[in-house]
Amino acid sequence: MPEIKLTIAPGTFKALEKPPYAAGTVQSATGKVWQVPAELTTADKFGIFRCRTSSFRDNYKVEPGLYAIGQPGGASDIIVTANYKYSFDVVRHALKGMSAWILVLDTKGINVWCAAGKGTFGTAELIKRMSLVHLEKLSERKTIILPQLGAVGVSAHEVRKATGFRVVYGPVHAKDLKAFISAGYKATKEMRTMEFTITNRMALVPMEVIPMLKKYPFFALIALLAFGLEPSGILFKSALGGGLPFLAFGLGSIFTGAALTPALLPFIPARSFAAKGWIMGVVGTGLLMSVFPHFNPILLGITLLFFPMASSYIALQFTGSTTFTGMSGVNKELKTSIPIYLVSVAVSVLLLIVYKIIEWRIL
Amino acid sequence: MKYLSKVASLKLNAQKCVGCGMCLEVCPHNVLRMEGRKAVIADLDGCMECGACMTNCAFGAITVNKGVGCAAAIINSILYGGEPSCDCSGGKNGDSCC
Repeated sequence: MPEIKLTIAPGTFKALEKPPYAAGTVQSATGKVWQVPAELTTADKFGIFRCRTSSFRDNYKVEPGLYAIGQPGGASDIIVTANYKYSFDVVRHALKGMSAWILVLDTKGINVWCAAGKGTFGTAELIKRMSLVHLEKLSERKTIILPQLGAVGVSAHEVRKATGFRVVYGPVHAKDLKAFISAGYKATKEMRTMEFTITNRMALVPMEVIPMLKKYPFFALIALLAFGLEPSGILFKSALGGGLPFLAFGLGSIFTGAALTPALLPFIPARSFAAKGWIMGVVGTGLLMSVFPHFNPILLGITLLFFPMASSYIALQFTGSTTFTGMSGVNKELKTSIPIYLVSVAVSVLLLIVYKIIEWRIL
Repeated sequence: MKYLSKVASLKLNAQKCVGCGMCLEVCPHNVLRMEGRKAVIADLDGCMECGACMTNCAFGAITVNKGVGCAAAIINSILYGGEPSCDCSGGKNGDSCC
């Protein structure tokens, strides 16, 4: 591929080689700008899938700076987004058939909302990036369109004071961008509202379940050791015989806390996530217990105490992925639930020790 | 979907409000509404304390204890100090949330 020499504004790109997601260049008032297609390739779509299922998303970036979609000019819309490639792909895809500029901020590869919360999608970075690409020379409009969720980190009046550009907050979702623009930069109430549908929630489930499954072997090892430990050594038969139900209950807690609670969120009674997770944990543990009917009363006690509680703790982690839980609320939940978790774990361990003592006939 | 009741720290100072409506525009949960020429808090329980309204109020009429509503972030801040933030993994184990 022939190397394309660019005469773009200084500081726009670190590397002048063509980025893999660029198709060519367009001429702007400030020089050549990389043009990107609106169509997503199979590789782009596979990238989105990997972002939803693994830590691949932690390093999935595009170069911050200015990009063109279609053949934009001085009067074209300027859409601002984050340099998480998933975000960038969703935005360029939403602009299919349009000619516009996309200004990508350096959010360290984090999506708009999370980056706005951290402040990287923020007033300072926006002002700096606008100046680096000489937006004032490029645009006659003196208006930029920001994603609504970027408002968490960007102060529109401060941007105007510093740059003279007016910030217009677009819709929450990039898919509504075209409708927003054609309606004369007006968003409907639906476009302004962050929903949390079953589809949204299910998309988050893999990244709730997978990290928990990575921690599961530690729990399994401890459970097998606890049951296998005999005065004569660690017996494989005892480990499996006693430990197997616990291994199943452990998996059950991960399933009810990390998958079932998020999926059924609005239908589970109680507003507290700890309570929702506990309720689902009781249901799940109860169902599994019917598979292992002959149970020692002490082990039954541990089972009923520990596993719904584990499901509750795991469900509480989902607060970090929702679109509606606030810090004051989570703080309040933690103040009551953490002491309960600690006491439950301590009592469970004590009960297990009592069980082993009786089993070994020490007393 | 609503979270815990009556805990959100959102406050609106009607004296400072000029009724520009910017807070209504940036709120992702329709927490605010216009009543006459002033904004009012219509649905406190809907507030997730993201802080968009406060950040974009040019008149300083809104205050909210802005932060992340994430259990892992808050537990980490209790264990290791500092403000709760989304940097729970610190980029070390690749299990970062967002």
